[in-house]
Amino acid sequence: MKNKNIYTNNVVWQFFASIKLAVVILFFLAATSIIGTFIPQNASSAFYYQKYGEIIYKIFSILNIFDMYHAWWFLMLLGLLIINLIVCSINRLNFVWKIIFPENIVFNVERFRKIKEKYKFVSKKNINELKGQYKTFLEKKFKKVIIKNTENGVAFFIETKRWTRLGAYIVHFSILLLLFGVIIGSLFGFKGFVQIPEGKTIDTVKIRKNSKIQKLGFKVKCNKFDVSFYDNGSPAEYKSNITIFENKKQILIKDIIVNDPLKYKGITFYQSSYGTTSIKQVSIAIINPRTKKTYIKQISQGQEIILPEKRGKFVFYKFVNSYNFHGHNLGETFIGKYIDNNEKAFKIIIPLKFPLFDKMRKGHFIFKIKELEKKYYTGLQVTKDPGVWYVYAGFIFMIIGCWITFFLSHQSFCIEILEKEKNNNVLVSGISHRKTQNMKIKITKLGQKLMDM
Amino acid sequence: MDSSMVLSITTFVYGFASFLYIGSWTFKKELMAKLGMIILILGFAGNTFGILMRWKESYEMGYGHAPFSNMYESLVFFSWTMAFFYIFVEYKYKERIIGVFGTPLIFLAIAYASLAPNIHDKITPLIPALKSNWLIAHVITCFLGYAGFAVGFGFSIMYLLKPEKKKQKFFWSRLPSTSIIDELVYQMVIFGFLFLTIGIITGSVWANSAWGTYWSWDPKETWSLITWFIYAILLHLRMMRGWHGKRIAWVSIIGFMAVLFTYFGVNYLPGLHSYL
Repeated sequence: MKNKNIYTNNVVWQFFASIKLAVVILFFLAATSIIGTFIPQNASSAFYYQKYGEIIYKIFSILNIFDMYHAWWFLMLLGLLIINLIVCSINRLNFVWKIIFPENIVFNVERFRKIKEKYKFVSKKNINELKGQYKTFLEKKFKKVIIKNTENGVAFFIETKRWTRLGAYIVHFSILLLLFGVIIGSLFGFKGFVQIPEGKTIDTVKIRKNSKIQKLGFKVKCNKFDVSFYDNGSPAEYKSNITIFENKKQILIKDIIVNDPLKYKGITFYQSSYGTTSIKQVSIAIINPRTKKTYIKQISQGQEIILPEKRGKFVFYKFVNSYNFHGHNLGETFIGKYIDNNEKAFKIIIPLKFPLFDKMRKGHFIFKIKELEKKYYTGLQVTKDPGVWYVYAGFIFMIIGCWITFFLSHQSFCIEILEKEKNNNVLVSGISHRKTQNMKIKITKLGQKLMDM
Repeated sequence: MDSSMVLSITTFVYGFASFLYIGSWTFKKELMAKLGMIILILGFAGNTFGILMRWKESYEMGYGHAPFSNMYESLVFFSWTMAFFYIFVEYKYKERIIGVFGTPLIFLAIAYASLAPNIHDKITPLIPALKSNWLIAHVITCFLGYAGFAVGFGFSIMYLLKPEKKKQKFFWSRLPSTSIIDELVYQMVIFGFLFLTIGIITGSVWANSAWGTYWSWDPKETWSLITWFIYAILLHLRMMRGWHGKRIAWVSIIGFMAVLFTYFGVNYLPGLHSYL
């Protein structure tokens, strides 16, 4: 016991054991967290330099404001919170433990006599009869009942839910468990990204944080990617059909959609993005604006076709995801080459958004895309997080702990019979370790039951 | 008649209920408050019916999703959760006059949904990220949390308006005793805190199953955490430092400002929740 007092009375220990410190840390965590919601996080240096100017950029860089939730000072605040949480819990748990598991239960009638709000009634029954009735009733309802003879009668003492005093510590423990899971995840897990064109196979992914290459230990093939749209043009579903191979053996095939990832060997693949790698085949309409005559031709990338009306040749040069035209981004664009009979070449631009764009050229023909079959790549988020189960366990403990802390309490009741000549007075009172409104109702209910006996 | 119409009528019903409560307080007519409660329950029934109709309409349109997917739907549901909380509190605590500080919030949220020019009541299909069973659990728990804090905010304002000295004739003295208001604020905050906690947790589990990360410091996530911190401070101050009354009322008001910013303000910042 003496040893304990030496360190619990220590100034440093007392500093970390204070609720004031907890409030101050929580306040600073809340206040500083605001910064990162107004200053975009993890953007490029060039962006920040342009937006904030040289001086502010330098100051922010030193404080790591651009990745503030991983900055040394923010992690230090979290570290302080953890120390505070542990020290504070140990400090108080010592005291609470003695209440929950007392060596001998002390029953002090005076404590209950001081309570103003009591349920009182008068009984004409003999005190011994009452005592017997109450004893059987209370022992049936609550397991342990202490009976004590007082100077002018008898008192019953009952205690319930002592363990609920642990509620707050369950919440504190859940936070530690959760943060433990976070640390495990960042030490032994990874968050990566990979783009797989349709029909291609990969066995490595790129780590987001440091762009390192991570081996998977198995192969992942994207068989097909599909995007479907609603009538109003907004996307309905992104779907990748994936096969996993290990040692040249096909292990499984699955469709990955957003909210339904693929898990294999502790690694999870999430549908994250997509794009067009190339065009399989294009159906092109060649229109003569004067005669209104339209010719349809099939063409694939790199192919050269002879134009009708003996007007030369046309080449499907390439397909790009974005095209800059006098400072405007035209989006997905088909680029072709028109070669006339004098071997003179013209660049033909057909943005998918503006099918009649080529009309502006005022050439002999207008080239227009009639149909095209795209080849997609799928973008997958690839994650390994062995800490996630600790985090989830922390979540469950947190909910249970909050529930116990807020809605349950350690309650003790006292029923005292004061012996009078003819009419015995019965007093029912109770104490809850949290001042809950329920106590009043409980006392009334218990009192009424005893009265009706 | 479609759901938008039902919900517009509900707006007026809620408006009438809060008018009755305010009237009851001003003119000292208990009967008006009793009538107010009946009208409020009617409004709540209309609100419930409107939400269910909208759910059904979305299935008829072929989209088939719970009506929790845009600002309009969330505001309508916010009114519903606040009405739910308020009816429960009045029933449990048998205090009528507190409706003056509860019912206007219910009316304001749904009125804002119907009247704000940039909020549309069109039923739209779900984007792929929202297609999950977690949507319902996440939205319901978050909005129960918001509603607890909102009603707690109303009661905090009531606490601050209540004069300290007893002057029977004074208008503000007709409010319940300070100890009851203090208890009410606390009760609302613990309900709010429990549900906000579950709301953040369900959102986090959902994010992990959709994007492979349970926490990404997106502005809405961060602001919900800031809100959580503020109410955690309130609970520690009250339970461990013995703060009560005025001081707790002020912390609860600050907390609700954070709730409002989490709900509305964050939409002006870039992030994952930009659709809501």
